[in-house]
Amino acid sequence: MPIRTAYEGKVEFLQILDENGVLDESLAKGTLSDDDVVELYTYMVKCRAVDETAFKLQRAKRMGTYPQNKGQEAAAIGSGFAARRGVDWLVPCYRENAALWMHGQPMHYVFMYWMGDERGSQIPEGVCTLPLCVPIGTQMLHATGMAWAFKMRKEPRVCITYFGDGATSEGDFHEAMNFASAFQVPCVFFCQNNQWAISVPREQQMNSATVAQKALAYDMPTTQVDGNDLFAVYKATRDAVERARSGGGPAFIEAVTYRLADHTTADDARRYRDAQEVDAWMGKDPLIRLRKYLTAKGLWDDAKQAAADEVAKQTASEVVRSAEGITPPVATDMFDYTFESITPELETQRATMRTHSLGQRPQQAGLAAH
Amino acid sequence: MPRTEQMMKQGLTLVDAINEALYQEMERDSRVVCLGEDVGLNGGVFRVTEGLQKVFGPERVIDTPLSESGIMGTAIGLAMAGMRPVPEIQFEGFMGPAFDQLVNHAARYRNRSRGSVTVPMTVRVPWGGGIHAPELHSDSPEAIYAHTPGLKVVIPSTPYDAKGLLLSAIRDPDPVVFFEPKRVYRSHREQIPEDEYTIPLGKAKVVAEGTDLTVVTWGACVHTCNEAMDHFPEDASVELIDLRTIAPLDIEAIVQSVEKTGRCVIVHEAPKTAGFGAEVATVIQERCFLHLRAPVQRVTGFDVMMPYYKLEQQYLPDAKRVEEAVLQCLAY
Ligand SMILES: Cc1ncc(C[n+]2csc(CCOP(=O)(O)OP(=O)(O)O)c2C)c(N)n1
Ligand SMILES: [Mg+2]
Repeated sequence: MPIRTAYEGKVEFLQILDENGVLDESLAKGTLSDDDVVELYTYMVKCRAVDETAFKLQRAKRMGTYPQNKGQEAAAIGSGFAARRGVDWLVPCYRENAALWMHGQPMHYVFMYWMGDERGSQIPEGVCTLPLCVPIGTQMLHATGMAWAFKMRKEPRVCITYFGDGATSEGDFHEAMNFASAFQVPCVFFCQNNQWAISVPREQQMNSATVAQKALAYDMPTTQVDGNDLFAVYKATRDAVERARSGGGPAFIEAVTYRLADHTTADDARRYRDAQEVDAWMGKDPLIRLRKYLTAKGLWDDAKQAAADEVAKQTASEVVRSAEGITPPVATDMFDYTFESITPELETQRATMRTHSLGQRPQQAGLAAH
Repeated sequence: MPRTEQMMKQGLTLVDAINEALYQEMERDSRVVCLGEDVGLNGGVFRVTEGLQKVFGPERVIDTPLSESGIMGTAIGLAMAGMRPVPEIQFEGFMGPAFDQLVNHAARYRNRSRGSVTVPMTVRVPWGGGIHAPELHSDSPEAIYAHTPGLKVVIPSTPYDAKGLLLSAIRDPDPVVFFEPKRVYRSHREQIPEDEYTIPLGKAKVVAEGTDLTVVTWGACVHTCNEAMDHFPEDASVELIDLRTIAPLDIEAIVQSVEKTGRCVIVHEAPKTAGFGAEVATVIQERCFLHLRAPVQRVTGFDVMMPYYKLEQQYLPDAKRVEEAVLQCLAY
């Protein structure tokens, strides 16, 4: 028997708007209108300002540990724009705030979350996003399950789930990919490959040449895109989302981007990565190239930028005001969401948490309550 | 790592002590390797492994892929093949993916192979609340592992104990889960011997001697209880026991103390129900029933998800709650 090729795969890389703001017109056809681009760029400016504000709040000890999203706005916004608000579900990690905000999650909730307040994880009625997910690599299974439910009920809905390059090392990631593929559910796996998982660079995280190729093992349509290119991210995600919606099954997108900031405010990236590398990526900043593009096209100028910056600044202040202005959480809140109805033991602990050493029934210990 | 001037003057933090133990043991025993997320070049997110990679190289202080099951499972393999791995799980909240490997394999290999396959490894895990950390960075799941036959569970509360217990753990022929109370990582400095020393696993420490009431605790709560000690009435003589190892449990130390005092308050920050305090209380009931002069009391976290940090101080037992429990127990 001759040896034959049992399987062959390839991964394509898509870039539409290059680092200098030059657009490939033919690839861009049918993607974003001029109005869309202006709107989305303005939104990026706003999200960047809000993100920088969170950083400053942390430094001023007004917020706990915060993971900056800086540099990854095109990935979040381009993909978020490709999903239908209030219909499709976003299942996030923690570095795609902008996508959640686009889909209606109030900006200040994200602040509240990192300020240590559970109310920041509440989802307003009608908003189709899940809370941030701290345990790495676990949420893709939930997205797969939700998408599976949509398929079972024949609803034309799609899930997009976000995760990092590091997350693809977790077993749950592969289990989600396999389920999604085996059951052909409408789930888009959106990897933000920002080159680092805390201090571990992508090349050390895996010996694979790309992250996108991992999807080949599950026979899932897969593509690598320039994650700092709004057009490419939008096009790839829209294609994947609409294919999934029309019964074409799951898809994988690797957005090649870069974490311009430290991993979180608790981290100091200078310990493990070169300033030169960061500088090189600063030049690929998604905001810079979009502004260049818009300016060259006559759609943008300094006055518009100044106006956008002003709006962004105001938004950031409002977000801070809302997040800090909220009444402090009530201590007994910690009991109230454990179950739908509180159990007798929890009821006792709740009632006595302030008056007794430990919500232990005083009479049970033969003691009188205070 | 070799001591800095500050350490020589002011003593070592718990982080320093663990780092020193790892450094000395890696020098002494070439089978010892550290592996985990960000433990190498970055020295660990709490800097516990700071500098070790520079000295011992990336083959012995290993930055692994982001995979707890991978870390735990391969550490088991390393151990079975004759190495002495010291895997780190970055936070206790991320032991989930490693649970299967730890509980269904590390804990069972010796028994199911009738002693022919063993897993001498020490799993280091930052543990507990009180440092304003994000979600799932503040839990205290020790009871789950104490409930797993085949695992030893160590929780030091001081730099001195941390060094001696860690050296014992690494040299132990069986898997040890070594929980490091984050709240104490840098809160205290202590002069400790530079030469290596070990503290046997399974031996509690009497922190303060007393005759009227026994307080049993472990981890960061040892310091909470110490703080409470200052507020007890002058004439109350309270004995404070730091278990140091909860599995195996030093039953004799507890029994000896409670037989003397007749009263006991157990303090831990994990939730109350099925917390490890329940085991301690049962041991007392089994062994000291006729000596008891008051019901055993518990001061613990509540039976809820560990709150995000705005409410964590309302959840964690504080000195006030300990004091109240002690006064009530004394007054019974
Ligand atoms: C299960 C789990 N293990 C470890 C961590 C600690 N941790 C938080 S973020 C992170 C790196 C994540 O890297 P990546 O998936 O690339 O996402 P990025 O932060 O770069 O966006 C680690 C190890 C965690 N949160 N969850
Ligand atoms: Mg990453």
